[in-house]
Amino acid sequence: MKINLAVKPGTTKENKTGGWRVLKPVVDHNRCIACGNCLRVCPEGCVFPVGDKALQGKIFYENDLNYCKGCGLCAEECPVKCIKMEKS
Amino acid sequence: MRKILEGSIAVAEVVNLCRPGVVSAYPITPQTHIVEELAKLKANGLGAFEFVRSESEFSAASIVLGASASGVRAYTATSSQGLLYMLEVIFTIAGMRLPVVMTCANRAVSAPINIWNDEQDSATARDSGWVMLYAENNQEAVDFHPIAFKIAEQTNLPVMVNMDGFVLTHTTEPVDIPEAEKLTKYLPQYLPKSGQFLDIKNPVSLGALATPEHYQDIRKDLANDLLAAQKIIKKEFTSYQKIFGRGSADLVEYYGSPKAKKIIISRGSVCGTIKEAIDQNKDVGLLRIKAYRPFPAEEIKRKIGSVKDISVFEKCLSLGSGGILAGEIRNCLFGENCQVNSFVGGLGGRDVTMKMVQKIIDTPNKNNSEINFL
Repeated sequence: MKINLAVKPGTTKENKTGGWRVLKPVVDHNRCIACGNCLRVCPEGCVFPVGDKALQGKIFYENDLNYCKGCGLCAEECPVKCIKMEKS
Repeated sequence: MRKILEGSIAVAEVVNLCRPGVVSAYPITPQTHIVEELAKLKANGLGAFEFVRSESEFSAASIVLGASASGVRAYTATSSQGLLYMLEVIFTIAGMRLPVVMTCANRAVSAPINIWNDEQDSATARDSGWVMLYAENNQEAVDFHPIAFKIAEQTNLPVMVNMDGFVLTHTTEPVDIPEAEKLTKYLPQYLPKSGQFLDIKNPVSLGALATPEHYQDIRKDLANDLLAAQKIIKKEFTSYQKIFGRGSADLVEYYGSPKAKKIIISRGSVCGTIKEAIDQNKDVGLLRIKAYRPFPAEEIKRKIGSVKDISVFEKCLSLGSGGILAGEIRNCLFGENCQVNSFVGGLGGRDVTMKMVQKIIDTPNKNNSEINFL
C-alpha cells in the first residue's frame, strides 16, 4: 500500500473545484446593496464579505473562484440583479 | 481438537476462535447455520464479539466496513443473492483497503430461483479486489479462516473464503478445530496501523473522494498489491502448516501421477470427486486452485509443465462468453501451445458424478471456445 488513503480533516480544500466552472459571477459593487443574500444561497460556501467598503459605504461581496462552480444561484437570487454570469 | 461437526458449525467455531470484534451478517441459505451458530455462541456468553443484527446484506456489509474502519477485526458471511446485494459495498471494502473476512457459501443465482450449490455468486465478485480462497472440504474451510484474517491484516486486503453450499456447509464430517492457545499464537490480537483507522484522538477520513488526478494511481496500487499478495498467501499457508500440520504452501495443488498426459483444472469441493475418478488413471492429473484471486498464473504454468491437453471444469460461466476459469487459463497459457477444453456443470446443485468426470477425460480436446455443458 504505497498511497495513504486516510485523509486528514480539511483536506477537501485541496480539491479546487473551480475548474468545473463554465460561467463565473461578476459583482457590480456600485449597485450592490450588501444584503448578503449571495453568501447565504451559495451551496459551496465560497461567497464571502471582503471587508472593504464600496462607494456607498456598503461591504463588498466576492466569490472565491478557486471553488465557485458557476452554478449561478447568487446571480439568480440577487434582489438588485447586480451579479452577472460571464464566460470564465 | 477433532470433532464431528457440520461444515457451517465448524466455520462458526473457528471464526469465534479468531476473536473478531464485530460480526454482522444477514441469514441466507446455505450460509444461515454459520450466522445462527455465531449468534448462539454470543447469546450463550461464549463469543466476545459484538453481534450486530442487520436488515439486509447491504447493511451487514456496510456494518463490517464501518467496524473494520474503526480498527477492529470484522467478519461477515453470505451467499448468492446476498453477495450480489452486497456487491457495491464489496468493491468499497477492497478499495478502502479494509481487512474484512467473509465466508461465501457458494450458491447459484436467480433466475430461476435456486438455493443449491454452484460458484456463480463468487465468480461475479471476482473483479472486486478481494483475495479469494476456495475450500475443497470442511477441514480446509476451517483452516482457511485464521489464514484469511492473517493475510487480510498484513496486506490490507479483504479475504473471501469460499465453501460450496450444502456440499460443504451442510455436510457433517470430522474436523480438527485449532486449539485456542495455538491459534492465538498464530493470529495475535489485531492492531490497526496508526493513522489508518477512525480514531477520535487522531481524526481522519476514510473513503474520501479521489479526483481523476489520483483515482487511477490508487486503483493501480490496489491491483499491484493484490498480485503481490501471492507471496504473503504462500507464506501464511506455510506457517499455518508448520504450526498445525495441515495444508500446503501451494496456491494450486497438483494431484495425480507426475506423468499425466492430461490435466483437469478445477476448484472447490468437486475436486474430491475428480480425485477419486482419476485415482486409477495414471494418464490424468488434477490441478486444484486454492487461491483464485490473486490469480496464480505463474504457479499454474509451472505445474502444468509440458502437458498440452488441459480441461477446465467449473460451476460458473460468463453468459455470452464462456467458462470464466477456462478463459483465464487460456490467457495464462497463451503461447504455450496447449489445448484448453472448457466444461461447465454442477449448476444449481446438479450432482457432478464420476461418470461426468470420465466424460471430461474422454472428450477429445478441440481447443475452441465452445462450452461443454455436463
